[in-house]
Amino acid sequence: MDKMPRWADVLLVPVISLLLAAILSAIVILAIGENPLEALGYMVEGALGSSYGWGYTLYYATNFTFTGLAVAIAFHASLFNIGGEGQATLGGLGVALVCLALPWPHWALALPVAIIGGALFGAAWAFIPAYLQAKRGSHIVITTIMFNYIAFALIIYLLNNGLKPIGQMESSSARFPEGANLPTLHEMLAVIGIPFSKAPPVNISLFLALLAAWGVWVLLWRTPLGFEIRAFGKSEPAGKYAGISPTKIILITMVISGGLAGLMAINTVMGEAERLVNNSVQNAGFIGIAVALMGRSHPLGILLAALLFGFLVQGGAELAFWTSIPTELIIVIQALVILFTGALDNMVRMPVEAFFVRRDRARKARATGAPAE
Amino acid sequence: MTAPAIELKGISKAFGPVQANKDISLSVQPGTIHGIIGENGAGKSTLMSILYGFYKADAGEIFIRGNKTQIPDSQAAIAAGIGMVFQHFKLVENFTVLENIILGAEDGALLTPSLAKARRLLKELADDYGLNVDPDALVETLSVGYQQRIEILKALYRQADILILDEPTGVLTPAEADQLFRILGRLREEGKTIILITHKLREIMEITDTVSVMRRGQMTATVKTAETSPTELAELMVGRKVLLRVDKTPAEPGAPVLEVENLRVTDKKGVERVKGINFEVRAGEILGIAGVAGNGQSELLEVLGGYQEGQGTIRVNGTDIDLTGRHSDGQSRRLRGISHVPEDRQREGLIMDFMAWENTAFGYHKDAAYTSGLLTNNIGIRQDTAEKMERFDVRPPNPKLAAKNFSGGNQQKIVLAREIERNPDLLLIGQPTRGVDIGAIEFIHQQIVALRDQGKAILLVSVELDEILSLSDRIAVMFDGHIMGERLPSETNEQELGLLMAGVEPGKEGTAA
Repeated sequence: MDKMPRWADVLLVPVISLLLAAILSAIVILAIGENPLEALGYMVEGALGSSYGWGYTLYYATNFTFTGLAVAIAFHASLFNIGGEGQATLGGLGVALVCLALPWPHWALALPVAIIGGALFGAAWAFIPAYLQAKRGSHIVITTIMFNYIAFALIIYLLNNGLKPIGQMESSSARFPEGANLPTLHEMLAVIGIPFSKAPPVNISLFLALLAAWGVWVLLWRTPLGFEIRAFGKSEPAGKYAGISPTKIILITMVISGGLAGLMAINTVMGEAERLVNNSVQNAGFIGIAVALMGRSHPLGILLAALLFGFLVQGGAELAFWTSIPTELIIVIQALVILFTGALDNMVRMPVEAFFVRRDRARKARATGAPAE
Repeated sequence: MTAPAIELKGISKAFGPVQANKDISLSVQPGTIHGIIGENGAGKSTLMSILYGFYKADAGEIFIRGNKTQIPDSQAAIAAGIGMVFQHFKLVENFTVLENIILGAEDGALLTPSLAKARRLLKELADDYGLNVDPDALVETLSVGYQQRIEILKALYRQADILILDEPTGVLTPAEADQLFRILGRLREEGKTIILITHKLREIMEITDTVSVMRRGQMTATVKTAETSPTELAELMVGRKVLLRVDKTPAEPGAPVLEVENLRVTDKKGVERVKGINFEVRAGEILGIAGVAGNGQSELLEVLGGYQEGQGTIRVNGTDIDLTGRHSDGQSRRLRGISHVPEDRQREGLIMDFMAWENTAFGYHKDAAYTSGLLTNNIGIRQDTAEKMERFDVRPPNPKLAAKNFSGGNQQKIVLAREIERNPDLLLIGQPTRGVDIGAIEFIHQQIVALRDQGKAILLVSVELDEILSLSDRIAVMFDGHIMGERLPSETNEQELGLLMAGVEPGKEGTAA
């Protein structure tokens, strides 16, 4: 075989990329006169050292799982959906409308309807660029990013004109009824007697995200539709030959992608804020792109990458809190991770691959006692 | 004795684990035409790329006219007097002939003096070698044969006296190929050295002085053309005895399976590619469509395969099929009993990144046998694939290997297994043996004939006249979107078909269309 082993592909390459990003980050931290090891210590302690830290890390990871899956499924159809930000924003509107519509008696009733609301609004927001791509050839990268800004503006407008209760200063919606509040991980673990910090907003959406990851895997690798999505993504001419309609695949894939992004709002809007606020997505849509790239568009990889980015966000926040390292630097570190794991993937991958090919040939040569074939 | 024009000693080149060239030595005498023949992947193109400076050899030496020469890039190759004519021309379509010729060889910042000089030189070259072309014609308006001449002129303009041609006749009509050979003969008379790379035995026998055979990266033999035979060469290429002929009994045609009436196809650019054609294919016969690539055959296959719109009437087993593309696609065609082996297996027939078993389900992925409930039956598909691979002798018989890791012949067998084992009423098959090694060609031809003998209708499209002549029960020739005529293989020959392929009605004056 002319390839490297699978473990190297899925583990070694990302780990080397991460190390490179870490080394470069360390240099930057040194340059501003701080101690990088100490900084790493604060990050690890802050993100993973307590159930409080874990709670936040998992909360962010939940967001990134949804947006990462959204980007990944579009990748499989060879579509670059960078509109996760806007689709999640609209998903928040859908969730909020559901939660505010009825005096929900119990979250178990509110959650399924809110899921439909969030997914539907996110999907609808992705449908428009998808339709324009499929029928009019407008490039989806351009339209989805423009739709992000439209979404931001729309939410600000709606918050100030209609959703904001009369007499309230802050531009946010009314609080959701008690019955629409989701159980937190603290509450859920308390049932089985495991203590967990009460403060972090991590909630039942975490399990919804795991379920979504499993669902995406089943869809892509176990259903005829997923087969068509992947086939279309690999080769459009072959897809046409097989009778796979490009229009249909673009529309369906983008609707699923937008729906997944919209589901993120279950975690933020329904689980954390318990009302609709401005900028509820907080860049998770964009980080989802890095998560999908780093996770090689595979649900399992996405879960791991989402956890890493959750760690970076939470650890970074702690770092800024405890040291004089400015928050801007945290963004630099995140950017370096994205740069190395996403954009510069091949820089690491190619030498690693070459190494394994050389090693294989040398081994074969030794085994046969003849020059490498 | 003069020094060889080119001498290679111990050239080796590996790509990853693949040894493309292994210890190759070759000596080409000046003023001769030297053929290099071998199957796809035998390493011919790699060797020539090393000679032209595209690749650097891992080991070995190159001598040009007796001098040891380093060729790190194509500039160095040109400086050493080597010119290369690629299979796919490297011309700027909307430039004139003259502009293309000086492209990359302009002297100075101003174009006008270069152009004037080129015009003068071009005149001389045309006189010397009979290579007449209009220097001011736009390349896109010229035929493929003429475009090839420009490539040759480009090399000569750069003072090449060693000319390498890579599969030069792949895109030519037989008549154009004859013309090319006349030009090459003239160049040889003028003392130029020519290396001709091809996989066509006939061309080697026709024009070369000596021939070298490559197999699996090695040079297996170099012989004088006059002292060898096609059978011997084929054997040297494949490493075993090969049947160059197809064994088949006369056809016993039954009822018409495919009827095409006044079919027209317009492509996306609005150009009419198929201009009202009529034909039928009966059960138990092979209709061969001959023609130079690009004369409407691809569009015909696409319409029949259900992913191109057309106007006119197509009946399969007596029922009309929808040509508007609104109610039909590739999948609905399959349900009508039409299987399709597309012309370009790597672009259409297979998904190169998919594993063999996924490719076996490709197009049939919604079939009841391949699904269980809402899910795909991956285990069942893998089992079925393993069986198909066994029956079609696909090597290696590993359903989990990605399509791109199979050789061309084995890729084609995967497609054939998928389409033939559907037991279709009508099999559409385009370029069944393009890029397929001789050993596999034999097998593929046998499978096609076997399907015919089961009483199936087969529409064969191929640009290889040999293949058309040996497989078809009837031959239709396409030129410029028309069917120029139908012939029986027993009552025609390559010359007549060649004329039809060039749009000339034999026995009539002038050209049609």
